[in-house]
Amino acid sequence: MITKAAGTPAICSSGNRNRSIKSDMDIVIIGLLLGGTYALMAMGLQLQYGVARIMNLANGEVLIAGAFGAFWFFLGTKASPLWSLLFVVPCAFGLNWAIYRVLIVPLVRRSKSQGKLEVDSILATFGLSFFFIGIMVAAFGAQYTDYSYLSEPVFIFGQRYGLNRVVSFGASVILCAALYLWLHKTRAGLALRAVSVNPSAAGLVSINVINASALAFALGGAVTAAGGVLLSMYLTFDASYGVVFTLKALIIVILGGVGDIRGTIVAAFVLGLAETAVATLIDPGLTLAAAYVLFMLVLLVRPQGLFGRRVA
Amino acid sequence: MSIAEAAPVVRGGPAISAREWRMLLVSVLILLAAACVPLVVGGYALQVSISIVMYAAFATSWLLFSGPTNYIALCTAAFFGIGMYVTAAGVDLVPYPVLILASGVAGAILAAIVGLATLRVSGIYFVIFSLGLAELVRQCMTWGQHVFGTMSGLYVTVDRSEPMYYWQLLALTAVIFLVGWWIGRSRLGFALRIIGNDEVVAVHCGINTARAKVVLFIISSTFASIIGALVAPRWGYVEPVVAFNPFLSFQVVIMALLGGTHRLWGPLLGVIPFTLLWELISIEFPDQTTLLLGLCFLLIVYAIPNGFTGLIEDVWQRRKGGVAPGARNA
Repeated sequence: MITKAAGTPAICSSGNRNRSIKSDMDIVIIGLLLGGTYALMAMGLQLQYGVARIMNLANGEVLIAGAFGAFWFFLGTKASPLWSLLFVVPCAFGLNWAIYRVLIVPLVRRSKSQGKLEVDSILATFGLSFFFIGIMVAAFGAQYTDYSYLSEPVFIFGQRYGLNRVVSFGASVILCAALYLWLHKTRAGLALRAVSVNPSAAGLVSINVINASALAFALGGAVTAAGGVLLSMYLTFDASYGVVFTLKALIIVILGGVGDIRGTIVAAFVLGLAETAVATLIDPGLTLAAAYVLFMLVLLVRPQGLFGRRVA
Repeated sequence: MSIAEAAPVVRGGPAISAREWRMLLVSVLILLAAACVPLVVGGYALQVSISIVMYAAFATSWLLFSGPTNYIALCTAAFFGIGMYVTAAGVDLVPYPVLILASGVAGAILAAIVGLATLRVSGIYFVIFSLGLAELVRQCMTWGQHVFGTMSGLYVTVDRSEPMYYWQLLALTAVIFLVGWWIGRSRLGFALRIIGNDEVVAVHCGINTARAKVVLFIISSTFASIIGALVAPRWGYVEPVVAFNPFLSFQVVIMALLGGTHRLWGPLLGVIPFTLLWELISIEFPDQTTLLLGLCFLLIVYAIPNGFTGLIEDVWQRRKGGVAPGARNA
């Protein structure tokens, strides 16, 4: 059962005398490990929604495609799935760039207002998500998929954890840091941040907003697919499971505040912890409910997100 | 301040014009003709007819909310599943008609919670919330059954013949149309048209936009739940994976879009060709249904963004050579 895999510890620490304290510690560490990978996935959506301003409902399908890419690579070569990043990331970049150019730009041109564009892009990417599911079912089948890589124990504070989770977390931290530095230290990153703050003002300082948005959208897709590669190392997935990741990424972005990278990272850890707590303490099948509870809280208490600015 | 306090003068809405009487007469004739279908056809043709009427009810009730507000609701499956489950859970305890009502009430309660949480804030949050609602309810349902130790599937045994299902769904479709027509004439409908055109203007007119949207979402979702109650006995066996299939939400949106969301009767024009196409696709390409439907969806969004009604109205306008007042926004 796929939902079972989504937050349960890979190796359960049964038979310990000091059970309650140990399992609290388990929740924190597994939650943080999960949150690290969620941060990467949500940064992808943040680039697409926060900078390119396209609500991409096919985001989760790109993530699952990345996971299938890693699975296929691992089956074929038996080498580390991390190597598959070398072709998954460029492919996802190209694919998402093409999506923006071919599917989204006509909508941007056609729509008279931001609201109309929002409706149109939601519909277009919603249709696209089913199209992708169809392709993945045709290519890989509809069954649950997983593979066993580095499923050996590693000890943290005397507790055993799956090495694949730790490696996945480490890779995710490196990629997040690289992305953060690129956004904050390079000229292209500055242009993207400018578009994120105000697209029309960015146009006035000779930033090509369409090109910058295409870059952000493509980069977002690439980052999401990388998240898929890392998640596939310890999660079970199937072709139609993308919508759950789309939702989690959306909830993280809203929880952190649209357009705020730091908020996204913090929110990703919050969601990782909340999900793991619910999965461990109540039921592994309720991870989406945990995400929805967080979403509800944000809507009721702080709709602009943890770090977001209130829109004037 | 709500629009009710702002404009007490137009309480009953405008009087029914001669044109509306004609429309009403035509609608009744179409309804009567549609009611005769089970007397003429049977077997497979009747099954397809039942699908058509069911999707007509779904798409029209979806349109009640998403048409005027432009908020895309992606959660039909959640309400349909709720209706099915309420019916399945109570079928041995209370009479069937009570269950139909109870399904509507359960759907209305869920819609009120979702609406109050999201519709006060922004349209985009509503869309996101609706996207995962079916999966959320499915998870909670599965968990609940696990905790209470019941079986994951439930049997629904109510004796109904195939023509009866058809007539029930047809009657519900007629009710949805009447409600839609009534809303269109009421102050609520007027308020919603303003909200759909420009929400800021609506707020400045003194319309309680959140309340109008929540009320409409509740009405729309109640109907989707009632459809679940009407269809549940035909399926006979209800389980979470089938009842909360997100594919349904997708089909309903695509049919309504194909027909056009500017007119109450728009979805009808989409439902009939699409149900037939869907039957063809699921017979000819049973393994590629998701792929082909995704493709159809994209084609509709890009090629006919205003649906068949939009096309018809364009042709009509060009022949008349003028711009019909309010043709686009109604």
